[in-house]
Amino acid sequence: MTEVVTGMDGSGTTAAGPAPAAPSAAEPSVARISNWSEIRARFLANKLAVFGLLIVVILLLVAVFAPLIAPADPLHQDLMNTLKEPSSKHWLGTDALGRDQLSRIIYGSRIAMIVGLASILLACFIGITLGAIAGYFGRIWDTLIMRVADVFFAFPLLVGAIVIILLMGRGVLPVVISLGIFSWATFARLLRSQILSVREMDYVHAAKALGASRRRIVLKHILPNSVTSVVVYAASSVGIAIVAEASLSFLGVGVSPEVAEWGNMIFAGKDFMGVKDYLWVYPSLSIVTTALGFVFLGNGLRDALDPKLR
Amino acid sequence: MADLSKDDETTVEAVEAAINAPVDRGEPILQVRNLVKHFPLTQGIVFKRTVGAVKAVDGISFDLYQGETLGIVGESGCGKSTVAKLLMSLETATAGEVLYKGQDITKLSGKALKVVRRNIQMVFQDPYTSLNPRMTVGDIIGEPFDIHPEVAPKGTRRKKVQDLLDVVGLNPEYINRYPHQFSGGQRQRIGIARGLALNPEVIICDEPVSALDVSVQAQVINLMENLQDEFNLSYIFIAHDLSIVRHISDRVGVMYLGKMAEIGSDAEIYEYPTHPYTQALLSAVPVPDPEARAHRERIILTGDVPSPANPPSGCRFRTRCWKAQDKCATDVPLLAIPERFKGVDSPAAHDSACHFAEVKDVVGVA
Amino acid sequence: MTTVETAAESIGTTAAGGPLLEVRDLHVEFKTRDGVAKAVNGVNYSVSAGETLAVLGESGSGKSVTAQAIMGILDSPPGRVAQGEILFHGQNILALPESERRKLRGNKMAMIFQDALSSLNPVLSVGFQLGEMFRAHQGLSKKDAKKKAIELMDRVRIPAAKERVGDYAHQFSGGMRQRIMIAMAIALEPDLIIADEPTTALDVTVQAQVMDLLAELQRESNMGLILITHDLGVVADVADKIAVMYAGRIVETAPVHEIYKRPAHPYTKGLLRSIPRLDQKGQELYAIKGLPPNLLAVPSGCAFNPRCEMAQDICRTDVPPLHTVTEADGGELPGRGSACHFWKETIHG
Repeated sequence: MTEVVTGMDGSGTTAAGPAPAAPSAAEPSVARISNWSEIRARFLANKLAVFGLLIVVILLLVAVFAPLIAPADPLHQDLMNTLKEPSSKHWLGTDALGRDQLSRIIYGSRIAMIVGLASILLACFIGITLGAIAGYFGRIWDTLIMRVADVFFAFPLLVGAIVIILLMGRGVLPVVISLGIFSWATFARLLRSQILSVREMDYVHAAKALGASRRRIVLKHILPNSVTSVVVYAASSVGIAIVAEASLSFLGVGVSPEVAEWGNMIFAGKDFMGVKDYLWVYPSLSIVTTALGFVFLGNGLRDALDPKLR
Repeated sequence: MADLSKDDETTVEAVEAAINAPVDRGEPILQVRNLVKHFPLTQGIVFKRTVGAVKAVDGISFDLYQGETLGIVGESGCGKSTVAKLLMSLETATAGEVLYKGQDITKLSGKALKVVRRNIQMVFQDPYTSLNPRMTVGDIIGEPFDIHPEVAPKGTRRKKVQDLLDVVGLNPEYINRYPHQFSGGQRQRIGIARGLALNPEVIICDEPVSALDVSVQAQVINLMENLQDEFNLSYIFIAHDLSIVRHISDRVGVMYLGKMAEIGSDAEIYEYPTHPYTQALLSAVPVPDPEARAHRERIILTGDVPSPANPPSGCRFRTRCWKAQDKCATDVPLLAIPERFKGVDSPAAHDSACHFAEVKDVVGVA
Repeated sequence: MTTVETAAESIGTTAAGGPLLEVRDLHVEFKTRDGVAKAVNGVNYSVSAGETLAVLGESGSGKSVTAQAIMGILDSPPGRVAQGEILFHGQNILALPESERRKLRGNKMAMIFQDALSSLNPVLSVGFQLGEMFRAHQGLSKKDAKKKAIELMDRVRIPAAKERVGDYAHQFSGGMRQRIMIAMAIALEPDLIIADEPTTALDVTVQAQVMDLLAELQRESNMGLILITHDLGVVADVADKIAVMYAGRIVETAPVHEIYKRPAHPYTKGLLRSIPRLDQKGQELYAIKGLPPNLLAVPSGCAFNPRCEMAQDICRTDVPPLHTVTEADGGELPGRGSACHFWKETIHG
């Protein structure tokens, strides 16, 4: 593979040089970057996006106010009332230990939200830092970081989670850490590729020509113009992280089995498949709804921020 | 990047003293000597090996005199934009010197370079990518003051930015708007205002009007000419449009494949070109005047510009030149007054890198 | 040269003397968030076989949008033809169903774009892409199609066509790629070619080669050519007649040589004066004041009035029709028109 390492004017090989940007009249001039009111207007015009936002807001409220909303203690075992079908007393029935399913789902949203948001925050933090270094400094840093990213990208999440649990034991923190360190690679790649194009923008050259420090160039010029896509991707990723978190718990490498958590509930319900389907159907629906909510929100943000990406 | 040695402070002081010295009109302010930029071609992903180099700029020398405009023309791939980046220290030169008031700025870094940057600024080609879309016009034009706080005390900056907007013909009330709220021509004015903020002496203009509509080009050219008179600026004006270059330049250099083919005053180059490439270039320019056209001889070159990774031996233009002989393949022609014109009192006696230089009027002046 | 009989024969040949293409009162609108942008506001022009019409204008003038409407490749939505007719061989093609119009494209009318690299498929060889035209439209075999492709590449003077037929777009230089685009456009011997800024992305020395080629091919096969450009210099070389557009309207029409000598619209006059000259140093450039029009808020009356030095009250209220331009003594000036209330003052001083 042959490549020209640094940007230069004109052409490396036979390719034509940069075309003098020609005035063309394809469509009336449309602003490239919109201000916040335009972004908000575009977002609100997107029904699916608003729906997603609504789901996410409701879920956040449910998670925060779980103790006020839940009809019962999610851990309270009522061995006299096990495996009760949904009724007016227990809206979503009870499980094999007589715990109120609705309360467990409500409390389960806390784990989902905490793990989803925290793991993606962690992934963003690692990914943005390393992606920025790789993209801006390039050379050996780029090669090094991107190869490490490849490894993390290819590494199975499940194996990683087992290793972390072996080291830390079960619990919320290990789950957050395993999800975080096994999903930063995508963020780093995304940011790096954005930076590679933003880095060559003339306003970055202009800042350099003025004598701006590297810090200033990265923080004022490069990051604000390259981080949007990462933020948007992060919003959708929260949903994916919640699914992954439930999967880990289902597989027994997530939070402790007694915790009110959707994956645990499905695991407990799977033995009653075809008999007591309410045990696994409602937690599954919760996962799907939550994940979709974040995905719709993320897509809506993307379309609102950059209508051309659609 | 050269490391900052312990006598960095003294370097900074020396540079500062040197560049604060005034230069008389007509004296050289920028001297470029044998400037070279090779971009390595590499193979391999993890372990990169250099397998060759794109010789974007391959030994270029010229002077820029105080108060003048030096035009640099050439086709894509000739290296003219790389020259701009080298003069701005946006790229590191492979070899050669750029002497600004006698100081070689290719060797400077850190504080010393920052001091020089105050005096040499740039205007970019594309008004859509040269302004940060997330900053207001006030922040964009004010950024030079953030970086060089000594130039304008904090309290005076807003006023200064508004003055600059006024100078480039924009309404000072636009200070809080974003770039996307402006047309291409207005954005280019904003870029010019940013370039002027630090009161530079030299402005490198890389295709500053080629992205603009014809009716707006003239406005921006006039603005740049007026600013040159007002602020005593020296311009290097890089462009592919030969008519515009002639209009604005006092002297013109013609580049081909990383080399300077010919350099001289505007009349010398346009009316008495002696290098075949200059002649071909000038003759190919479409002229919006069918009658003038009829008097002109057209030289249509065959083939394409060779790759700068593997330029022809000897004279780089020989593969497309109708005059090429054996000598052209073996001897690199030097940029100098051709032997036959030496001592002749004629506009033809200017620097031209051709073994067989002769005058040919292709523009139809006569 | 043989004439290839093509599939879409639904549209016959033009009766002798009639124009090949006639655009009548065309209006094109774009819906945007901020309102309706009137990109084309009543354009009329015509091209005959063997004729070259240059459509000159700046960004936002509607020159490219008109071409897209003719080709039937408007981005729609948001764009739509609001009004008007496009007669091709005398038949209004705007009334045809999309399937019929698709048959016209490539067969009867073809377009050349500014950016050849993005117009060619990067993963298919250029020979394959050229041959595809014949396989898809004429059912030629792979072998015959390849032969045709090489012939075409020869015709547009790509050196060593036989060897290069398997090469990909990125292996060609900008000028060569534009030749391939031209080859693709002429492949099925269309009656009309629209070239949208065909040489803008090319270097001066290559521009001249490509323009010469285009003009020569057109002469050989008697096609109609619409050349869309912003460059008054390019026009001077090849066009027969010129239509100058501003803010979606044609403001001036003329045989090409006359417009440079005696423009009859202040906009054309201003443009000509604002271009620096190659053959003399000149004084300060004349600059048309103000900004190109915002299509969402085109000025009332004559759209050029805020930038015009001759503007009077009438210019701010009444849209000027395209007046027939004559000599001062009333002598005829065939083909000349000016959409200026004061065309007499403009052309006769």
